[in-house]
Amino acid sequence: MSTHLKMDEPDHRRRLDHMAQGIIGTGMNRPDGKAKVTGTAPFAYEVQPEGMAYGVLVRAAVTCGTLKHVDSDKVAALPGVLAVMHGPKFLRNPAQGTADKAPVQGSEDIAYWGQPVALVVAETFEQARHGAQMLQLEIKAKSGQVDPETATFETPEKKQDSQGDLDQAMQQADFTVDVTYTTPGHNSAAMEPHASIAAWDGDQLTLRGSYQMPNYNINELASSLGITPEKVRILSPFVGGGFGSKLGIAPEAVAAALAARELARPVGVALSRKQVFEATMRRSESRQRVKLAADAQGQLTAIGHDAYVSNLPDEDFSEPVTQATPFTYQGENRVIGHHIARVNRTCAGSVRAPGESIGLTVLENAMDELADVLAIDPVEFRLKNIPDKNPTSGLPFSSHKLAEALRTGRDRFGWDARNPKPGSCREGEWLLGMGMASAVRVNILAEARARVTLSPGGEAHVETDMTDIGTGTYAILTQICGEMLGLPAEKITVSLGDTSHPRGPGSGGSWGASSAGTAVFLACEQIRAEIAKKLDADETDLSFKDGHVIFENRQTPLTDLIDAAITIEGHVEPGKTMKDVTQATYGAHFAEVAVNAVTGETRVRRMLGVFAAGRILNEKTARSQCLGGMTFGIGMALTEELVHDPRHGQIVNHDFAEYHLPVNADVPQLDVVFLEERDDYANPMQSKGIGELGICGAAAAITNAMFNATGVRVRDYPATLDKVLAGFEDGC
Amino acid sequence: MKTFTYSRAESQSDAVQSAQAGTAFIAGGTNLLDLMKLEVMTPDHLVDINHLDLKRIEETADGGLRIGALVSNSDLANDMRVRTSWPLLSQALLSGASGQLRNKATTGGNLLQRTRCYYFYDTDTPCNKRTPGSGCAAQGGFNRIHAIFGTSEACIATHPSDMAVALRALGAKVEILRNDGEVQKVPLGELYRFPGDNPEVETILHPGDLITHVLLPAPLGGTQIYRKVRDRASYAFALVSVAAIMRLQNGKISTARLAFGGVAPFPWRVPEVEDLIEGQAPSPALWTQAADLLLQDAKGQGSNDFKIPLLRRTLAAVLEQATNGADI
Amino acid sequence: MQSKLKINNAEYHLDHDPRTSLLDALRNHLGLTGTKKGCDHGQCGACTILVNGRRINSCLTLACMHDGDEITTIEGIGTPDEMSDLQSTFIDHDAFQCGYCTPGQICSATAMLEEARQGWPSHVTDDLTQSADLSDAEISERMSGNLCRCSAYPNIVAAIRQMAGETQ
Repeated sequence: MSTHLKMDEPDHRRRLDHMAQGIIGTGMNRPDGKAKVTGTAPFAYEVQPEGMAYGVLVRAAVTCGTLKHVDSDKVAALPGVLAVMHGPKFLRNPAQGTADKAPVQGSEDIAYWGQPVALVVAETFEQARHGAQMLQLEIKAKSGQVDPETATFETPEKKQDSQGDLDQAMQQADFTVDVTYTTPGHNSAAMEPHASIAAWDGDQLTLRGSYQMPNYNINELASSLGITPEKVRILSPFVGGGFGSKLGIAPEAVAAALAARELARPVGVALSRKQVFEATMRRSESRQRVKLAADAQGQLTAIGHDAYVSNLPDEDFSEPVTQATPFTYQGENRVIGHHIARVNRTCAGSVRAPGESIGLTVLENAMDELADVLAIDPVEFRLKNIPDKNPTSGLPFSSHKLAEALRTGRDRFGWDARNPKPGSCREGEWLLGMGMASAVRVNILAEARARVTLSPGGEAHVETDMTDIGTGTYAILTQICGEMLGLPAEKITVSLGDTSHPRGPGSGGSWGASSAGTAVFLACEQIRAEIAKKLDADETDLSFKDGHVIFENRQTPLTDLIDAAITIEGHVEPGKTMKDVTQATYGAHFAEVAVNAVTGETRVRRMLGVFAAGRILNEKTARSQCLGGMTFGIGMALTEELVHDPRHGQIVNHDFAEYHLPVNADVPQLDVVFLEERDDYANPMQSKGIGELGICGAAAAITNAMFNATGVRVRDYPATLDKVLAGFEDGC
Repeated sequence: MKTFTYSRAESQSDAVQSAQAGTAFIAGGTNLLDLMKLEVMTPDHLVDINHLDLKRIEETADGGLRIGALVSNSDLANDMRVRTSWPLLSQALLSGASGQLRNKATTGGNLLQRTRCYYFYDTDTPCNKRTPGSGCAAQGGFNRIHAIFGTSEACIATHPSDMAVALRALGAKVEILRNDGEVQKVPLGELYRFPGDNPEVETILHPGDLITHVLLPAPLGGTQIYRKVRDRASYAFALVSVAAIMRLQNGKISTARLAFGGVAPFPWRVPEVEDLIEGQAPSPALWTQAADLLLQDAKGQGSNDFKIPLLRRTLAAVLEQATNGADI
Repeated sequence: MQSKLKINNAEYHLDHDPRTSLLDALRNHLGLTGTKKGCDHGQCGACTILVNGRRINSCLTLACMHDGDEITTIEGIGTPDEMSDLQSTFIDHDAFQCGYCTPGQICSATAMLEEARQGWPSHVTDDLTQSADLSDAEISERMSGNLCRCSAYPNIVAAIRQMAGETQ
């Protein structure tokens, strides 16, 4: 049996507020916690079947060119080597998120330095690794385009937008800023390197892979191999971090599947960390010019946001830098520009919060600059410019908590203690400053299915191919099911990441919890209805709690009411509420930094994030998501940068020694506050995405604080000490 | 990783005698295996020296310490004698790497760790240190972490150690068991060679030579400061570091020992700067003079130009801090 | 070649390539996959295990070098049915998200607490001649060899702080 909802109308019933179990929203511990802390959670490369051979990818070390010959014989003769593979089915780069089909394929055409073009398979990992290192590739190298700044930019018409007259508004305004910022490429850097183990049983392929979206990956893998999706099963029960890097099927999965078929035995392929940097996805670097105009009262009259990004040829994705610019602040004159350079660099794709992560950050820097010019408090300036409807589309907002977030944050952080004059607070060698930024991220509902089975023993089982990439899916689906069916967590099991289950939405775009959760919610609602039938009652008159059904003051054990398992598949589709209103999540970041007056080193001393994302499904895991997002912001602000060699375009700092993720000592205790919110337009649970909001604008709060501390405005991310120092030496 | 044969040395003489061309000694292995995995280093034979009796820290007759080459970075940093009397060394060690790496990394191995130059690590790019005669990709490339002193046309790499910088300031010597059985003691500064035309040759060691000990002279006292400037708060290599030992008497600087990390092919020391400072009263003007003298031959490579002002500022701050206290 | 490894109080006989890192021996040969490979170059800490009580990166050492050593992996720290106190505390504080760095964090923290108990100083210890109390800054510095991209750092510190408080 199944139940279906197309989200065409807001759901004002707020049913989860009227359930009895009291488990939803609580900071319940993760049910998968024990497996994780004991190392028993099986990640992709860790269920190695008997007889598995080890594959290591071989990359091309040229900017671009044509693969003429692979000297397989010499390597094939090495001890233990079983196969040397390459060919037209190899993936040039991973599929983009939600592609649902194969990306560009073929070993022959090399488009970037580090492109995987061959696979060496051997009995042991050591043999395969050495074979891969020994493999000689004959490549006809071509000169490529490695620097986006000297490339020709495409300016697709559908990605430009304009209303009013920006130039005139800039000329007539009392106060303006016109600033250009740059942000570098980033790597998702999930701690688990991409890995797949492929095994064939006849023409049936099972792939254990580290993937965020098996619901799309199944079609991408099938399409890459030229087989039907019915012949593919993907298992991703545990994913060691994703952040966008594991959205689409990637070269190692297809290579493993091809090799396993060729050798008629299971083959496992894990990327080295260097390969993760070179051959998965990077966040595009960006150059952003922001123009803002305001009248003397601090009312914005114009916003211009022009973004320059890059990607490989033939990739549809380009970092949607300006995604939140159309609706974040008021202003009748507005121009959005979007330009894409085609370059021979590692493929650009989604990295946590594509768009707002860097776009809102730069907008928030520009807002800070204009507030400074206006001599208005930055919080006040934002409060003055919150629109009451989407200023571009004219649509109403489903719910809007930016003002409350700003005010709550201002009070909680002690913002009033900030001296607006830069460089006015010093503690020994350290210059102290405070900064803030708004947080905005669009909210999306995705199609999702989940199956819930209530057994006669009173236990529930949830199945979907949705994943838990650290986001807390196991916990929140348990809680939704428990709340709806009146069951304690220990009576519920959740099975994820298996394409033999109903299609989930996949983890990405912050839509996973709300979309998969709604599917579970719907299934449970129908199960309640089935039980109500047995009592000849209306489902809404029943109360489910602790394995009992309460109806007309009578409490009946749930087990008395089920003679056979009840299985319902819940199915949700986005509908009109995605189009009739503007849905977004909002928040505010506040940061206090210390900048060393001698060396320019910056330390974040404390940070507060206030967030509104509809109903919070699990206070603990939601908070952890925000901690993660805010820390991405610390990395973006201060340390993270993919550096490309100016001559060949290769990523120079392709390891964790030189691509500087924040370490524990870089991250102070972070304060997270959730605002109470119910967004009836989002879904029947009134919840919204929380996985990406924490990064949006976070870096701007830090760099704005650095300006307050020092008077130095670093407009070239990351704000490393050399750039701060340059400001000091210039006399700031 | 290329395949190799493996043996354990049972004695020092066993170790040096079993070494031939293509042999590498392995102790902590934290840098050697890192490089072997990438086939930047490809020894044919590994001699495991971890079972040699070189794990003790002994006091010497002159009031110094004789540190076995296999003493781990943790054990050395944590030794109460070092913490009390040679705190500069503890500070430097504790600023380096991570707790895990310090438990494995050894005193001898730390001195011999290879550069972190991105291009040295990447076998697909030219590097004269890795592949003599192939060129230097760091010049004209990205060279944020590279040297401003002691470079050559062939190589602009730095030595990444923190420990060695402190040891250089402390006047440490290295005790070497030569391949032919001779024992030699050389000041740390003389262990290393300028890159010149042969950056692949980094030290005076010949194949089979084994560093057995590091000798610390008697404590110098004074104020000892190791200041490391880096891109994140921990677990990162120095962009620049300054090791300083400063003693004041009657308002004048009686002893100045300075060494610098992250800026040269080996821990950098310029005695003329120390001579300039000694005998003078501390003052910002003196720090400027010292920095001028130190940096007169500094040469940036593009992305590392900032190291020149950074070193100037850091040196001044360290000298100020080290002389701010009472006379010692 | 042959090695005899003593891991979590059990003896394992391993017939292996000399190139096999201790990490790959655990993961690919002995089925002890609780120890994770995040970078394979000593730059992330996911592979942290204890050798003779001390935390090390198992990726940067060879299996053959540990004949005779006492090795403890996450499987020896605790099991789902019998977790160590630190493991339970990690769960309560949500000191992880994806869980991939977690065994390394827990092994590292287990050894770090012992280091602190023995009075080892750290880079942020003001007075090197004294034992340092485990302030948040001390915990963070001592745990900085374990990267966590999900950034459970504040929760990791909170979990360790609680353990440190309970054992003092």
